[in-house]
Amino acid sequence: MKFELVIVGAGPAGLSAAAHAETLGLNYLLIESSAAPANTIQRYQKGKHVMAEPAVVPLRSDLRFAAGTREAILGSWQSGLDELGVNIRYNTEAIAISGSKPNFELTLLDGETLTAESIVLAIGLQGNPRRIGVEGETDRSVQYTLDDPDEYRDETIAVVGAGDAAIENAVALARNNTVIIINRRDEFARAKDGNLALITRAIEDESISCFYNTGVASIEPAVAINLNTETGETRIPCNRIIARIGAIPPRKFVESTGIRFLSDDPTTLPELSSQYESNVAGLYVIGALGGYPLIKQAMNQGYEVVEFIKGNTILPADHNILEEKFRHLPYGRDVDDTLAIIRNNIPLFENVNGLVLRELVLASELLTPAKSDVIFHKNDYTNTFISVVEGEVEVETDSGNLITLGPGQFFGEMSLLSGRRRSATVRASGSCVLLETPRREIVKLMNSYQQVRKVIDRHFIVRTLRAGLVPDAPQSELEVVAETAELLSFRAGDVLFREGDESNGLHLIRNGSVSVSRNIGGRSIVTTYVAAGNYVGEMGLVGEAKRSATVTATVATESVFLRADIFQTMLSRNSGLRERIQTKVKERISENLRMEAAPDAGDLISFLMQQGLGEATDVLLIDETLCIGCDNCETACAETHDGTSRLKRAAGPSYAQVHVPTSCRHCEDPHCMKDCPPDAIRRAPNGEVYIEDSCIGCGNCEQNCPYGVIQMASAKEEAPSLLNWVLTGTGAAPGQRQPAAATTAIKKAVKCDMCKDLSGGPACVRACPTGAAIRMSPSDFVNLTKKAS
Amino acid sequence: MQTSILAFRGRRYLWAALALIVICIAAYWIDDPQEPPNGGTLLGYALGTLGALLIVWLTWFGIRKRNYTSTSGSVQGWLSAHVYFGVALLVVVLLHAGFQFGWNVHTLAFVFMVLVIASGLYGVAIYMRYPERLSENRGGASRSELLDQLEDIDRRSRRVAQKLPEPFQEFVTSGIRRTELGSTLWQRLRNEDRSRIQLPGSATTVANQGQEAAMDWLAEQQSRADADSATTIAELSALLRNKRKLLRQVREDLRLQAGIEIWLYAHVPLTAALLMALLTHIVTVFLYW
Repeated sequence: MKFELVIVGAGPAGLSAAAHAETLGLNYLLIESSAAPANTIQRYQKGKHVMAEPAVVPLRSDLRFAAGTREAILGSWQSGLDELGVNIRYNTEAIAISGSKPNFELTLLDGETLTAESIVLAIGLQGNPRRIGVEGETDRSVQYTLDDPDEYRDETIAVVGAGDAAIENAVALARNNTVIIINRRDEFARAKDGNLALITRAIEDESISCFYNTGVASIEPAVAINLNTETGETRIPCNRIIARIGAIPPRKFVESTGIRFLSDDPTTLPELSSQYESNVAGLYVIGALGGYPLIKQAMNQGYEVVEFIKGNTILPADHNILEEKFRHLPYGRDVDDTLAIIRNNIPLFENVNGLVLRELVLASELLTPAKSDVIFHKNDYTNTFISVVEGEVEVETDSGNLITLGPGQFFGEMSLLSGRRRSATVRASGSCVLLETPRREIVKLMNSYQQVRKVIDRHFIVRTLRAGLVPDAPQSELEVVAETAELLSFRAGDVLFREGDESNGLHLIRNGSVSVSRNIGGRSIVTTYVAAGNYVGEMGLVGEAKRSATVTATVATESVFLRADIFQTMLSRNSGLRERIQTKVKERISENLRMEAAPDAGDLISFLMQQGLGEATDVLLIDETLCIGCDNCETACAETHDGTSRLKRAAGPSYAQVHVPTSCRHCEDPHCMKDCPPDAIRRAPNGEVYIEDSCIGCGNCEQNCPYGVIQMASAKEEAPSLLNWVLTGTGAAPGQRQPAAATTAIKKAVKCDMCKDLSGGPACVRACPTGAAIRMSPSDFVNLTKKAS
Repeated sequence: MQTSILAFRGRRYLWAALALIVICIAAYWIDDPQEPPNGGTLLGYALGTLGALLIVWLTWFGIRKRNYTSTSGSVQGWLSAHVYFGVALLVVVLLHAGFQFGWNVHTLAFVFMVLVIASGLYGVAIYMRYPERLSENRGGASRSELLDQLEDIDRRSRRVAQKLPEPFQEFVTSGIRRTELGSTLWQRLRNEDRSRIQLPGSATTVANQGQEAAMDWLAEQQSRADADSATTIAELSALLRNKRKLLRQVREDLRLQAGIEIWLYAHVPLTAALLMALLTHIVTVFLYW
């Protein structure tokens, strides 16, 4: 069959594209591999509230969409599809695309081929579930998803897989069914701790039986599964087989069509024109796969791409927003001209794809500070990246020198990369135009463009050297050093170098942190913790040739490594360097002596580092010698934050009477920020990592936080007046408020915001009657050890 | 690493309270009223007013503690001041009364006040000593972790018992079901073990304090069992020994936590009684002027 347009994937983008193709009267087809539209949203829990961010962008689609429950949104799409009579084929999976415009051939899983003049890929990022790969894998009795485990009763069900999804399904199904889980390996190594405990317990209890080291040999329709176990083949009759063995990332499929990606990084995007067309003419990419994870953006693109395919020119939906953004600039008002100015003035963006640059500018702010306005202060915790479009700024260095940066230069990369405080104050030295880009956008850019990463990395090295080691060295010398410096990355627990190794260079810790330990009396004793922005390995370079201590990454860490010979050249050229290094060495030696006298103190530091506190900036600790367990800290937190406490006092480990409760430690490089579709997680100048109201409640941050400090919560009922409660006992007691009935459905991510909006500081600490609760930065941990010793 | 309520900020409230006491004693010393010192002299009224204000302010601590948005100092500072001025109150009131007592409503207010202060001092002593003991007893684990471990032992015991004849399963089930941790604050405080167990072959339950009865029964079974069962029974009693240790730990945790809380059950109602008696004292004084 021949179509003008085939749209692959019936998510928000694909549905909107098909609806618009229908309205414009195209000969088109929408195909979807699952049995219903919007598969991802179908899998949301019942009644989940779906948000319509970004609020400032208007919706442009023939389908309706507004914030509401999952059911309301799916309902309105379904009725929209019915009303328009959209041409959609479910259970239809594309496995290959060949040919070129206007004669694309699309091969389906069942062998059929479709011909199309243009193809729109709107397949999202989830990928199709991986199939078992044996005879019978597509039988009706085999399913690759499970929506509602309570749907099945008194069946025998074989679950294939050993990941979290397989375990969660198996455990849920085991309540009403006989469940057999089939694991290719001899343990459940990939599962989260909680799930591992669940499955181990279920297997011990014999509520689930497990085949380890077992593969699936074949599947007999109506129904049995044949297994290759360690001891031979086994046939197990069952009612149903559920395979949860992961998904095949869509990138492979996309690349097989000839579409190129910007780089090899897994987070990178396909190369697209401003009309969403890939390098293969006639092949378009929209939605999450094209870098737009929000529903509204995807729907807008669906509409726009069909217009573009028809040959119409329409202004993108964000045109007015950009116009508004550019209004106060001295360039007149044309959006495209202003974008061109930004690109031409900033060499870093020279080769950046138009769509990517537009998205970056859209997420950025254009600042027009007046002379001597401060852009940011030294020691602020902000992490934006700022490029000078026009005019000049002055950087105040520690030595009192002013460094002037002009058009095309950038600053702010130090905090961006290290996650630490701003290292200098920057002021406008005349009227200027600056582009302030959020961290997420610039990280995305660095992942997509090796050239951008390289330039930023090199600047980082030069500026780090200047800040910490050789403030007076000429730029040309530093650039030579930066050229030879290596960027190394370490996982938590990796060793940078060992005591007794040959000293071969110096590590500047770029992000993360390391602990330094020495072998004292046959025991490895942690002597200190070194945060990002500092260096280690200097002792061996100025004095003895052997490493005097072992340095271990406490969290994922990156270091800039300067080889010994380069370092020696720097030493010979810069008179002040030797002195600075010697002062540092003296400090280290006195630290060592102190810790040698108190070996237990080192154990406390290692304990704190094991809790991941090496990447913390501000952590809540509890002195167990004072804590009376009254939970006033939790109550205070709840009462000052809409009724939900963001800390759990009793949870978490303790050592040497220092307790680490479950509470946000405001990481230098926050894991929660990694994958936030509306970019709602931000860092305030004082370091607080907080979540803005634009949170869509997707739960990614809750999943990504390794410390379990983010929860999804709905608003609680209003707090009664305190005096009224004290005198009459009416209303909920402090900390006992219940979810407000009307808004139970809307759950958003909540976490500690360090009470940034309260005068007086963190409520948990101020409310502690015995002074047991304290907040501190890891660099103050050494003070704890004074007590421990 | 942190300072206690007593040492808060270089004991600033200790010095403030001492200053207050010194000033009051000095005034009492200098004052030379027409009649013997009592609440009715000018100084007596002044000290009485001061005492009453102190009592109201001390009581206000209960409100301040729950006013989580308040920016007036930290609750720790308030508690430190609460303790020191609470003790100073005793001196202020003794001077107010000119050390005169009688069988009347005035002395009743004084008695309540002394009881409140005494219970408060007991509370301070507890706050100084118990947290460290709690921490040591838990050994780095949280209470819910200890309870999880208990549950885990129970689960494993049931599984081991399944390898043995029916009575052993009944024995394990009954032991688990009738083990008690103390449901009231009082039971926890007294570390009362009211656990019982129904031993196989018996129609009634027997006390199972410290899991002793259960251990004894198992030991007896083990001595009479064949080699195979004996190993399994030994496994069961190893689990039970572990359980006994954990139970002891959890009970001690609950006892200490109860101790931290129990004195407030005296301190707070006595404060209410004191406020009532104080009101009566003031009203009667002015009524019979």
